[in-house]
Amino acid sequence: MNNAPHPPRKRVDWFSPIARIAIRSAAGITSLVIMFIVGYILIKGIPHLKPSLFAWKYNSDNVSLTPALINTILMTILSLIVAVPFGTFTAIYLVEYAKRGNKLVKIIRMAAETLAGIPSIVYGIFGMMLFVVHLKWQYSLLAGGCTLAIMVLPVIMRTTEEALLAVPDTYREGSFGLGAGKLRTVFKIVLPSAVPGILSGIILAIGRVVGETAALIFTAGSLAKIPHGAFDSTRTLSVHMYILSGEALHIDESYATAVVLILLVLFINAVSSWIAKKMTGEKNGK
Amino acid sequence: MQKILEMAMKMIFLIAACVSILFVILICVFLFANGLPAIGEIGPLEFLLGTHWKPSSDIYGIAPMIVGSVYVTAGALIIGTPLGLLTAVYLARFCPKRIYKVIDPAISLMAGIPSVIYGFFGLVVLVPFMRELTGGGKSVLTASVLLGIMILPTVIRVSESALRAVPQSYYEGALALGASPERSVFFSVLPAAKSGVLAGIVLGIGRAVGETMAVIMVAGNQAIIPESITSGVRTLTANIVVEMGYASGLHRQALIATAAVLFVFILLINLLLSLLKRRQKI
Repeated sequence: MNNAPHPPRKRVDWFSPIARIAIRSAAGITSLVIMFIVGYILIKGIPHLKPSLFAWKYNSDNVSLTPALINTILMTILSLIVAVPFGTFTAIYLVEYAKRGNKLVKIIRMAAETLAGIPSIVYGIFGMMLFVVHLKWQYSLLAGGCTLAIMVLPVIMRTTEEALLAVPDTYREGSFGLGAGKLRTVFKIVLPSAVPGILSGIILAIGRVVGETAALIFTAGSLAKIPHGAFDSTRTLSVHMYILSGEALHIDESYATAVVLILLVLFINAVSSWIAKKMTGEKNGK
Repeated sequence: MQKILEMAMKMIFLIAACVSILFVILICVFLFANGLPAIGEIGPLEFLLGTHWKPSSDIYGIAPMIVGSVYVTAGALIIGTPLGLLTAVYLARFCPKRIYKVIDPAISLMAGIPSVIYGFFGLVVLVPFMRELTGGGKSVLTASVLLGIMILPTVIRVSESALRAVPQSYYEGALALGASPERSVFFSVLPAAKSGVLAGIVLGIGRAVGETMAVIMVAGNQAIIPESITSGVRTLTANIVVEMGYASGLHRQALIATAAVLFVFILLINLLLSLLKRRQKI
């Protein structure tokens, strides 16, 4: 109990119980915070999920989120169409073709890491300068999609690379042994066995596209209509949410829109953990 | 024929791989080509150290925004780091499997929630709460708390995997020497995972500095150096979004220059991160 001048026979350990309490309460606080945020929005928002919110056309009375939802899907598809081929091809080059210790590989990795760290607003400004102003695409679906494609490129690249690395070399050797060329081996043997890993990367990318706001305001604009073409301005659900919450008039609708957005994220997370489970299940099964 | 196809595809893969390099270069070129002339016109010192931002009278000093970003990020770290680190310790070492099955997806959800939702939550819950508590609703403190929450998943995930990567023998060795489980973790496992944990914190810094939408909604956005933690603040990111919509001429270029400054900050953080990662491997 009291600090003896000489090495005490029995030292009371204050640290351990305090640390134990700190660790447990930190974990508790973290869980409570997330439950509170999600729970609060669900409870406040679900009662306001009115049919008018899902009307086909947006106007300032019903503040319908349907166009924004459709735009989100279009935006996701567009950015994936651009990013997935580049991301997978980069990963294929890094894993299957590049030689060990290749200088270029180092530079590519560094570039991807840099891209992964750039804040979305910087992407937004860059997209605005390159696509909207320089290429004269105006605020458009295409400009937004391309900006987001650059943003999710490192995500897809990294997960695909990991998935390809996880394919055992015996697969490749077996394929070569049967007389298949490099290209055939990559497309018929390696890629199919890496599909779940690639999919999980794509889902991560979808999550980022769905949640993105800052990169879109100055590239895709905020027109709440279903676009007629790739050069029309669009507003995704997150941007819609941002604009709506800025208008004090539509606080209830903002809650309801937030609910839809959270449900979307929950769905994406569920799919991703389902794929992850399938992947580990397959590995354990074999 | 087959040979040509093989070569062609190899070239295509190589070209695709160079796309990310191309875009890093393009981003640099566009930001600096559009931003540097403005910095030159305003004067580098006046731009970086000037404490007044008055676009209407062509005075562009981003010092308040730099200070704002630093304050808010520091606040987020003060809140997010201890909470995240201790949670990571719990998840990596003390969490029963049954509870882990609940917390793990909750943290994934936390990482997946869009920043507008965090911002909206901050606006409707945190801001009124802080107004009651401190008198200042949209403030450095509010933004720090919200950002502290937002960086939690990053800090937790990276620290947790760093803690898990420490060999079990470290933990068991400390236990065998008579240390309690808590002491073993804090004095044997945690020091061994130091680089990884630091990498998580640095990633958290990157996320806090770059966060835009959530901060705009709760920080107040006054372009002055905050006097206390209860006064409003504007970050570098907020400066761009708030004014870009209507800016033109030098004002617009000054905003792009703000993005360039932000970009340089992020590059420095990335550099720090890669240094930490290199140390972790050795």
